[in-house]
Amino acid sequence: MPSAFPPGDPAPADGSLPASALSGMPSRTFSVYVHVPFCRVRCGYCDFNTYTLPELGEGAPAVGAVPGLMGAFFEAAQAELRLAGGVLSEGAPPAAGTVFFGGGTPTMLPPEVLGELLDGIRGQWGLRPDAEVTTEANPDTITPQVAESLAAQGFTRVSLGMQSAVPHVLRTLDRTHDPANVAQAVGALRAAGLQVSLDLIYGTPGESLPDWRRSLDAVAELAPDHVSAYALVVEEGTRMAAQVRRGELPAPQDDDEADKYELADEVLASLGYAWYEISNWARDPGAACRHNLAYWRGGDWWGIGPGAHSHVGGVRWWNVRHPRAYADRLAGGASPAHARESLDDGQRHDELVLLGSRLAEGLALDVLTGPGRRAVAGLIAEGLVDGTQAVRGRVVLTLRGRLLADTVVHRLLAA
Amino acid sequence: MPVASADRGTLGRFSVLLVQTRPEVLALSPLARPDSVPPPASTPPHLLRNFCIIAHIDHGKSTLADRMLGVTGIVEDRQMRAQYLDRMDIERERGITIKSQAVRMPWASATKEPARPEHGGVRPEGAPGGLRTYVLNMIDTPGHVDFTYEVSRSLAACEGAVLLVDAAQGIEAQTLANLYLAMENDLAIIPVLNKIDLPSAQPEKYAEEIAGLIGCDTADVLRVSGKTGEGVPALLDRIVEVVPPPVGDADAPARAMIFDSVYDTYRGVITYVRVIDGSLSPREKIAMMSTKATHELLEIGVSSPEPVPAPGLGVGEVGYLITGVKDVRQSKVGDTVTGAHRMASTALGGYKDPRPMVFSGLYPLDGSDYPILRDALDRLKLNDAALVYEPETSAALGFGFRVGFLGMLHLEIVRERLEREFNLDLISTLPNVEYQVRLDDGSTAEVTNPSEFPTGRVASITEPVVRGTILAPSEFIGTIMELCQSRRGTLRGMDYLSPERVEMRYTLPLAEIVFDFFDALKSRTRGYASFDYEPDGEQEADLVKVDILLQGDTVDAFSSIVHRDKAYAYGVQMATKLKELIPRQQFEVPVQAAIGARVIARETIRAIRKDVLAKCYGGDISRKRKLLEKQKEGKKRMKMVGSVEVPQEAFIAALSQDGSAGEKTKK
Repeated sequence: MPSAFPPGDPAPADGSLPASALSGMPSRTFSVYVHVPFCRVRCGYCDFNTYTLPELGEGAPAVGAVPGLMGAFFEAAQAELRLAGGVLSEGAPPAAGTVFFGGGTPTMLPPEVLGELLDGIRGQWGLRPDAEVTTEANPDTITPQVAESLAAQGFTRVSLGMQSAVPHVLRTLDRTHDPANVAQAVGALRAAGLQVSLDLIYGTPGESLPDWRRSLDAVAELAPDHVSAYALVVEEGTRMAAQVRRGELPAPQDDDEADKYELADEVLASLGYAWYEISNWARDPGAACRHNLAYWRGGDWWGIGPGAHSHVGGVRWWNVRHPRAYADRLAGGASPAHARESLDDGQRHDELVLLGSRLAEGLALDVLTGPGRRAVAGLIAEGLVDGTQAVRGRVVLTLRGRLLADTVVHRLLAA
Repeated sequence: MPVASADRGTLGRFSVLLVQTRPEVLALSPLARPDSVPPPASTPPHLLRNFCIIAHIDHGKSTLADRMLGVTGIVEDRQMRAQYLDRMDIERERGITIKSQAVRMPWASATKEPARPEHGGVRPEGAPGGLRTYVLNMIDTPGHVDFTYEVSRSLAACEGAVLLVDAAQGIEAQTLANLYLAMENDLAIIPVLNKIDLPSAQPEKYAEEIAGLIGCDTADVLRVSGKTGEGVPALLDRIVEVVPPPVGDADAPARAMIFDSVYDTYRGVITYVRVIDGSLSPREKIAMMSTKATHELLEIGVSSPEPVPAPGLGVGEVGYLITGVKDVRQSKVGDTVTGAHRMASTALGGYKDPRPMVFSGLYPLDGSDYPILRDALDRLKLNDAALVYEPETSAALGFGFRVGFLGMLHLEIVRERLEREFNLDLISTLPNVEYQVRLDDGSTAEVTNPSEFPTGRVASITEPVVRGTILAPSEFIGTIMELCQSRRGTLRGMDYLSPERVEMRYTLPLAEIVFDFFDALKSRTRGYASFDYEPDGEQEADLVKVDILLQGDTVDAFSSIVHRDKAYAYGVQMATKLKELIPRQQFEVPVQAAIGARVIARETIRAIRKDVLAKCYGGDISRKRKLLEKQKEGKKRMKMVGSVEVPQEAFIAALSQDGSAGEKTKK
C-alpha cells in the first residue's frame, strides 16, 4: 500500500489552472515528470505508487506490443500529455529543461516505448537543447542494448537503484539484483555516453557500519557521476513496517543513521563528490540532478501518470493513484487530478525555507522574516548554520545542521 | 383549612394532572382524592413523610423515583417520559441544570400510622382502616462519597430512608457509607430490593445480606421493580407506616435547614429547605444564620415535580426559596434560614464550611487562556460552594490556579466542566493533600502545593487520613490486603456480609488513595470491589519532598510529597517516565530525582543527532510542509524548563496515572 496523499481541495474535472498560476510561466523553469507505476516485484520497504503485474491481474507483458494495463497506461499518459498541453497553453510554458521518468521501474517498458512518451513531450512543449532527460532503472534491466537504445531515444542520464553492495542488506530490502550486475550496468551506460547516478539506502535493519562502508567503497570503484544516499524510512503500510511492528526486524535508529550519514559525507567528499542537497552528492556542479533541483527551487513541472504530483505557480496537485482509475479518467476525457492545493503566501514562504535550506547553495537571508533572521545567530553558535556563508548573506547548513535540518527549519520559520 | 385565593390556580393545575392520570393509577392503588390533598403551608405534620433513597449509582434510583411519580399520580408515565425528554432539551439549550431536589407527592393510604410519643401517644384523627391522604416528600441525595457532607444534610432533612439495593448485585461500599450516615441520623430504614424482574436477580441471597447488615428480618426486605412498578404501592404504604412524621414547634421563630442550593441562569440561586420550626411565607424577609445576611423572598414553593409557588412552608415541609442571590455561597448547604424580623436564637446543628481535601494545580495549555480559566472558575463557583481556588504560578506551567476539591470525583467533574463548557485545554498537576509541616524553629506551615514545602529542618509532618470501606467477594481478601498495605493502610476490621462477600475497613493516608487507588483496586478484583472513604483526622508520618530536576533545574510541577520508603521508587519512576516522554534535545539532558540536595535517581536523555527526513521528491513537498505546519502547532505546546523544551503532552503524560499519553509524543 503506497503512502497516503496529503489532504487537498477538489480539483476541477478539466484540469484547468487559475490564471495566477499560469502567469509568469515563461520566466520560470519547466520540467516534466513521468510516473511509470510498474515493478516486477514489490520491495518490502517501498511505499511508492507502483504495482506488480499480478497485483494488476495481468500476465507477463508481450514484448513490443505492450498489452493490457501497461498498454492502457501508455495510451492514458499520451492523453494526459495532450490535456496538459491544453491546460498550460495560455501560460506559454518554455521548452522543458528536464524530464524525469520515475516509478516504479520505468525500464519495465521497452526503451522505444519510453522514447515514444519522450517524443510526446517534445511534441507538446519542446525540449531545451541542453535538456537533462533521466530515467530510473533497476540494474538488472540494463543491458548494453538497452543502454544504447535509451541514449538513442534522447535520454542523457540513468539513475540506478543500487541501494547497497552487501547481499544480506539487499535481501532485507527485497532487492533481487546481483551486486555484480551493477558494475555491468554502469559500464553499459557509460559506453552509451549516459551519465550515471547511483541510488543508495542506509540504515537498513541489520546493516552494520562496515556494511555501509562496503557499499560506499563499491561506489568509489564504480565512480558514478552522481550519488543519492537516503536513510531508510519505514513507511506506514509497507511490509517492512509490519515486520518491524512484529519485531521481526529492528527499527532503524536515528543515531545509527547519523553515523552512516557522516561516514557517507566523509567518504564521498574524499572521492571528490560535493553535497548539493542533504541526500545528494555530485562529482561536479554540472553533474547535479537538475530535475530535482527544479523541485527544490520551486520550479514548475507537470507530473504525468498515476499518483504523479505536479506544481505550477503555487498550485500543487496529484493524480488518482490506481493505473485503472487513471486510465478511466483520461479515457472519459477528464483530468486525472485527484485533489490539489493553492498555496497562500505563508505556505509558499514555508516551502521556500524548507526546500532552500536543504541545498548547499542555501537560502538568501533576505527571504527570512525578522524573527527568522534573528534566529540565525543562535544557529551559527550551535554549529548548525555556516557562519561564513551567513555573513555573506546565505543560510547554509553545516554537516551537523544537515542532520538536524528539521530543527533549523523550525527556528528559521520562527515557529 | 382556608387557602389563599391567589394559590387556587396552582392547586387547580395539580388537580388536572391527577384527573388525567386517574384511570391508570386506579388500577394500581387507592388514589388520593384531589380535594383531600393537603396543600403546602397547611399540611399538618402528622400527614407528612420525608424520606430519601439511598442507592448505588446503577441500582435503579431514578427509575424507582419515576415510578413513584407515576403511581402517586402527579405525573403520568407516558407524559413523564416526554417531560423528561423536554427537560433534557432545556438543559441542552440553555445550559442550565434542572433537578428535582425534592418532590412532593400525595399518597392515599389505609396504613396505620405509627403512634408517636411526641404526639402524646395519641393517634391523629381519622378513622382507622380508612383512606387518608398523606404528603410524601422525596429528597434527592448526591450519590458520591466526595459529597458526604451534602449527603449528610439531605439525610438530616428526612425522617426515613429507603435503602435500595439491586437484587442482582447486592449492596456496594458507597451505599454502605450512606446507610451509616442515615443510621447516625436516626432515620427509619426501609430495606428494598430493586430489579426483581431481572432473570439474574437473587432476592433471597441479598435479602439475607441486608437483613444481616441492618438487623431486620428477611421478610421486612421489600421487593420491587422500578421497571414494572411491582411492589411500589406497597413501598409507599410502608413509608407512611414506618417513617415518623416530622416534629417541630409551629409557633417558634422559623428555622429551616438548607439541604441543597443550585444556581439557575434565569432565576438565580434556588435554595432547597426543610422547615424544622415555625413557618416561612412569601413577602417575608429571611436571614441566613451563619452570615446574618438578609434577603427578600421572591418566591417560595414546592416541586411536584415542576416548581409550583406556594403560600408558604410549615413545620416539616420541604420546598424551595428564591431570593435573587447569584452565588450559592450566599445560600450554603447546611445553613439555617430564619425570619429576618423574628430571628431564631440558635441555628440548627451540623453546619460545616465545606473543606477541600484534595488539591491540584490547574493550568491552561495555552497560557493566553488564563483569563478564560479565571472567569470559568468564577462561574463554576456560583454553583459549587465547595470549590476553592487561588492563583498560583509555576515556572514550568505558567499561570494557573491551585484548586481545592472535596475529593477525586469532584476534581474530575470540575476539570471536565471547565474543558467542556468553557472549551479549555488544561493540565492538572498530581493531586495532593494538605500537610501540616512543623519546623525545628517551631514555625508551622500548611502545605497544599508541594513546591511550597518550607525549607529548613522539619520537626514533623502530619497528613490527613481516611476511614476506608471496601466491599468485595471474599476470594480477593489477600489481594486487597496486599494493595492496602502497599498504600500504608492499617486494617481496622473485617466482616462477612455473606459467605461470599466481605467488608474490610482500613485506615489509609488520604494521599495514598487520591492518585490511582480506586483503579488499582478495581483491576486487582476484576471490577468486583467497591470502595468508599470518609475523613478520619490526621496522623504524623515520615514524609519527604522529592524534586525532579531537568538539567539541574527543578520542575516545580513534578515535585511531590511522598513517604520516605517510597521516595526512591517515585524518583526512579518519574525519571524513567520523563526520559521516555521528553524528546531528545540538541544537548544531553540529565533527569534527576532529589530529596533536598541528595540525588536519589538519575537518567540521561541523550542529545539528538538527526531529525531530518532524507528524501524530498516532488510528491513529498506537500506532505513535508503539512508535517511542518503540524510541528509548528506542536511547538506552541512546548514549555521551556530552563533551556529544555518539554512538550505539553509530556507533562500531561507524566502527571497522568498510566503515562499512556506518552505514546503520542514519542518519535
